[in-house]
Amino acid sequence: MKKFLEGSRAVAEIIKLCRPGVISAYPITPQTHIVEELASMVANGELDSQFVNVESEHSAASVVLGAVATGVRAYTASSSQGLILMSEVLFNIAGMRLPLVLTCVNRALSAPINIWNDLQDSMAVRDSGWLQFYAEDIQQAADLHLLGYRIAEDANIMLPAMVCMDGYILSHGIETVDIPEIDKVKKFLPDYQALYKLDPQKPLTLGCLADPDYYMETRYALQETLKESLALINKRAQDFNKIFSRNTCGLIEEYKTKDATDVIVALGSVCGTIKDVVDELRAVGQKMGLLKIVVYRPFPAEEIYSALKHVERIAVIDKAISLGGWGPLYTDIKAAFYGKEKTPQISGFIMGLGGRDIKIDSIKTVFKLMKEKPRDAEFIDIKRELLKDKYEDTTYGMPA
Amino acid sequence: MFGPLIAKPGSSKNTKTGAWRIEKRPKFLQKNCIACRLCLLICPEACISGKEKNTFSCDYQYCKGCGSCADICPKQDIEMIKEE
Repeated sequence: MKKFLEGSRAVAEIIKLCRPGVISAYPITPQTHIVEELASMVANGELDSQFVNVESEHSAASVVLGAVATGVRAYTASSSQGLILMSEVLFNIAGMRLPLVLTCVNRALSAPINIWNDLQDSMAVRDSGWLQFYAEDIQQAADLHLLGYRIAEDANIMLPAMVCMDGYILSHGIETVDIPEIDKVKKFLPDYQALYKLDPQKPLTLGCLADPDYYMETRYALQETLKESLALINKRAQDFNKIFSRNTCGLIEEYKTKDATDVIVALGSVCGTIKDVVDELRAVGQKMGLLKIVVYRPFPAEEIYSALKHVERIAVIDKAISLGGWGPLYTDIKAAFYGKEKTPQISGFIMGLGGRDIKIDSIKTVFKLMKEKPRDAEFIDIKRELLKDKYEDTTYGMPA
Repeated sequence: MFGPLIAKPGSSKNTKTGAWRIEKRPKFLQKNCIACRLCLLICPEACISGKEKNTFSCDYQYCKGCGSCADICPKQDIEMIKEE
């Protein structure tokens, strides 16, 4: 049924349809509306789930770890500092092969404290063994949760999935969203059947000590499973599209790339803006395109190579940076092309950190600069007047 | 693909930690015991048993000789003696 919903509300409605037995979360801007909504659904008796209030995100992640280990479907959500506080537990959840779904409502990391959107938080935990999906719009954000549970709980996968949606832009934006009927959801996502679980009648130990004789195999298994999961995600995305009659869950989305000479690669909601710029520039004869990455971990390197091997230039937009290095997506895209027969010129741009608006003109600047010479971590829309070479005892123009 | 993931319970029973003992072992004198159970609670191997006063003892198959029981006993009713 089509509804006019705030992004957070849409996610809460989808999670309700996923029927988690346990929800635990700690409120943090801009994730709060999702868990507030779920808490009220539980309190009103609309959702038969146990909502566990906790004192921190570390505890929230620990509660859902424990819950899913007992064989129940569980859910949590966080942002920014909260996700970073969870990070120890996130690595454990993946290492213990527990199929959880977490919504990361993307927000910048301190310091300085900033509650606005970029992708630094989820990028900081990209190596944890979680699957990572990035949504462009609210419909996709909602749908990726269904796909997330379906893939995570597959008997051959058993890994957690993180659905990333841009803070405010998607979490507080309002769009028309199709919230599916429960029978369709149950067809796509049956009740969770745990392969292994904590049970006092049949005790076992999860997350036990693995010395140098055993540890490396557990990591190898994670790596192989993540690589294998690419094919399964493709298959399940097709099932999804058939059942729900829409095409929102592929590994990547190619937007006018077939005959393009210059293509931007990006994650998340900025793709909507880029599509508008592509259309505008195509109207005046420039062959531009966009490649949107939906599934970032596992990284669909082969699919990206096939989609872009014919283009002349690629510009990668990162709303995060591995400080002292480059943008994380830029590094991955370069790695995907290294040593291949045809390698386009690849440039990296850092944009939109801490909620700095990425405007139509910002994207046009990228399309212009990528044609000039290759760049590796070029900051766009930087205010040079705020930067000083040496420390100065001033407010740097910030309000007193 | 899965790596080593799950351990079956009971492995600590199979590990006879008594072999780790060097130099000293606890001797339960069973004279001034007040059955406060502190020795039983502090034992890292959980190998001390007993219920009534002056009935407490340990299982030397598992006792590592750490001396915690002798240290915590408020009545000095446990003594660390030379291992022979």
